[in-house]
Amino acid sequence: MTEADHSISIADLGRGEAWIDAGYVYRRVAIWLGGAGTVFLVLALFSLPPVRPLPAAVIGILLLTAAATATIAGRRSGSFPIEIPRSRWPGVVTGLGVLGLLVSVAGAGQSYPVPMFWAGTGLLTLGGTWMIVARYSGAKPGLDNDGVKRGDTTNRGALGWMLAIAMTGFYVILYWYPSALEGITRTMDPLAYAISGQPATQWFMYGTFYTLAILVMGVRALYRYRHSRYHVIRTLVLMTVQLVLAYVIPQILVLFNQPEFYFSYFWPLKWTYLWPADFGIGWILSGGGDVGVFMVLWGAIMSFVATPILTYFYGKRWYCSWVCGCGGLAETAGDPFRHLAPRSLDSWRLERWLVHGSLAFIVALTALLWINSALEGGIFGGFSGAAARAYGFLFGAVWAGVIGVGFYPVLGSRIWCRYGCPMAAILGLQQRFFSRFRITTNGGQCISCGNCSAYCEMGIDVRWYAQRGQNIIRASCVGCGVCATVCPRGVLKLENGPRDGRFNGPVLIERDDVGVLSQD
Amino acid sequence: MPDRVVIIGNGIAGVTAARFLRKASDARITVVSAETKYHFARTALMYAYMGHLNRRDLKPYEDAFWSKNRFEIRQEYAAHVDTEACEVQLASGERIGYDRLVLATGSRPVRYDWPGQHLGGVQGLYSMQDLDTMEQSTKGIRRAVVVGGGLIGIELAEMLRSRHIDVTFLVREAAYMEFAFSPEESAMIHRQIEAHGVDLRLNTELDRIEDDVSGQGGSGHVSSVRTSSGERIECGFVGIATGVAPRIELAKASSIETDLGILVERHFSTNVPNVYAAGDCAQFRTPLAHGGTVEQLWYSARRQGKTLGRILAGESIEYEEPVFYNSAKFFDLEFQTYGRVPAQAEGTILWENERGNRALRLAVDDAGAVLGVNGFGIRLDHARWATAIREGHPVDRITESIDEYLFNPEFDSRISRDLTRTLSAT
Repeated sequence: MTEADHSISIADLGRGEAWIDAGYVYRRVAIWLGGAGTVFLVLALFSLPPVRPLPAAVIGILLLTAAATATIAGRRSGSFPIEIPRSRWPGVVTGLGVLGLLVSVAGAGQSYPVPMFWAGTGLLTLGGTWMIVARYSGAKPGLDNDGVKRGDTTNRGALGWMLAIAMTGFYVILYWYPSALEGITRTMDPLAYAISGQPATQWFMYGTFYTLAILVMGVRALYRYRHSRYHVIRTLVLMTVQLVLAYVIPQILVLFNQPEFYFSYFWPLKWTYLWPADFGIGWILSGGGDVGVFMVLWGAIMSFVATPILTYFYGKRWYCSWVCGCGGLAETAGDPFRHLAPRSLDSWRLERWLVHGSLAFIVALTALLWINSALEGGIFGGFSGAAARAYGFLFGAVWAGVIGVGFYPVLGSRIWCRYGCPMAAILGLQQRFFSRFRITTNGGQCISCGNCSAYCEMGIDVRWYAQRGQNIIRASCVGCGVCATVCPRGVLKLENGPRDGRFNGPVLIERDDVGVLSQD
Repeated sequence: MPDRVVIIGNGIAGVTAARFLRKASDARITVVSAETKYHFARTALMYAYMGHLNRRDLKPYEDAFWSKNRFEIRQEYAAHVDTEACEVQLASGERIGYDRLVLATGSRPVRYDWPGQHLGGVQGLYSMQDLDTMEQSTKGIRRAVVVGGGLIGIELAEMLRSRHIDVTFLVREAAYMEFAFSPEESAMIHRQIEAHGVDLRLNTELDRIEDDVSGQGGSGHVSSVRTSSGERIECGFVGIATGVAPRIELAKASSIETDLGILVERHFSTNVPNVYAAGDCAQFRTPLAHGGTVEQLWYSARRQGKTLGRILAGESIEYEEPVFYNSAKFFDLEFQTYGRVPAQAEGTILWENERGNRALRLAVDDAGAVLGVNGFGIRLDHARWATAIREGHPVDRITESIDEYLFNPEFDSRISRDLTRTLSAT
């Protein structure tokens, strides 16, 4: 074999072509991180505006550590084929956006909120969208998972871990040290005043990022799955629900001095919405007026009437992959990481204990709180509603935020949904025992390739059912439909149908491979 | 003493036989394979290359499944079968005694004595080792040539294109798989091939493979090929996809009767008592429904293995062919077939959508009963079509409730009306 076959350089191949190289990605990332880190340290050292020395120094050190990690990891990594982007500019703009956010955090955000909003959030959103459009707009519609299992960031490589640490770190700081993020929060003031009439809080900042993540990565999901109408419609619904019900409307309610209420979340997920008195609904009703009453009734009807009915007809997918914001982020920003969901039997055993335990806990706690209210403090005495809300929030925060989202690059997109969400538990029970939803498998056509199991974000071994011609009815299935899309033989079909015979394999037909298979 | 059953080959036929035997029996079951320790889905090798899957994802069963179900797994090369002593001799020298032996050795890619066919960078794609070799051989190359216009050939082309390697696809026939498809169906596939940037050469065969770039002596590794039209194409890799033949060396070197494959009755017995064969390597003594005696398909091997497993467990059954079915994916175009659809258009009804990316061809007999169906870009319900074909339903019984015969996803564009109109028109 000649040397030439192995030493083709970037210059020869040009952009837009795949290349096999160990360190290319790492080198690029290390250069960016190192350069940015150096700039921050210099700014800190010389106390140069627009940043403040201490935060700038901290950021500089973190960036240089990340750069060193990337360099070391690059030297030790194996080779993997990668797609070299056709143009560097989308990536550059995105990088500048991240830089802008870091500069904001380091002090420039408080001093120059409006320019730093555009230099940070603005450029990041623009660059991210541009990267996605550049990557996907020229591609043919159709499944493209080429290289998904090899990229470093999406397969628990060093860059993946660094991303997880950064995301988890963001959550920890957001919940416990929010003043450190003042720089970014202040850049959101103009927007917050416009929508809610109030200055930005760290929650407004977080909600803005969350919504932008779903919208921008939603564009990515729309491109990637545009050949499947189910995905296109589902993604558009998720994006709309997040933007309207979970971002704009709550803020407009604040503008009109109403409670900041999220119509797309209900008990037992948003458990305070049906807790008594000042543990929960007291706060909603505190403004007086009909809007608060409507909100409480909405919550009760959604939880106890609409949810069981919709779950009966459609399975839990109507909520978990069409409406819920946790699902919305998972299906969009979490899509690159879906294959990292733990799939072992042990993880499933743990999942069953934890998620049903979580449901039991919330139900018990809700009941106790109502009894406590009826007994006028007989159980919890002086324990305040504010404290209860705070603890409740923290439980959800750690699970759903820190571990649930922070760990996307390591554990996939649905950790909260699988292990913590009480709503997932109750919907799952109903889906399993009393619903019309199933994933039908097409007779004997499965070739056991494993794509379905590999890409199931809930860690379900879909292949196990498909290769036996057996319908898939699992409490944890959120009905995202990706298994059906990645199947190269079209063996899987999400559908609602009569409950009779839902658990059987395909119709038993004597002497046919189909009938024989269902005894597997 | 429980019966000792030794199965050589851990492909779908061998392991399905093992599983079904275990379901009904406490026999001591040993599975021997040199290829991999645990069974994996050969169908997914292409996805491992393309980076859709890891090697580990290819295994349908957790590793612990095998020990939990008391299978003895030996990753060894079976070098010789001694049917007198009832022993399998491994390459290591160890001898494994058996009460009953199953040969499930699969098939091997076939080459046709082209000059240079043993050069480096020339290979078929069948085994895990082939995948490893292909990974190595395709690093950094600019162009590859794929020889053989069939299902494996088009998969090789797709694999190579996923790494942006230029591909020239040599197809002997005048249209892709014209022995199976009508001109419209082949044209649909051609459009896919070209849309993915593959250089398609119809009516072209491989003539020779060359390794001498500069005229200064061969390097031992492919540098170009010459086609039957005299053209020289520079390339760094040649994928051979010109068919497979049963892998029968073990049987041939013993007293087990072979022809093209290992000869078996309908209950998978060979001429030697207590020795069986199933899957790609097996050849039935009497023709199957399509006229041939071997059937080298995943589905067939799985079904053969299942039947054999039950026979070994004591059932008095024979291999029963189902209504024929198969499937494939030509780049982005899904394909399914049930029953028998002739390549010629005569006796068939074709529906194609306006965009030319979905089609259905129905084969009917003179009485209007359905004989077979091809679906391109349309998913067909296996159970429904198998019943309709086996029972000879007339076409209008199908068009009356066409939606039940389709397996398309929710929100999919409605083709039922257009489809019904075309199918009912004749």
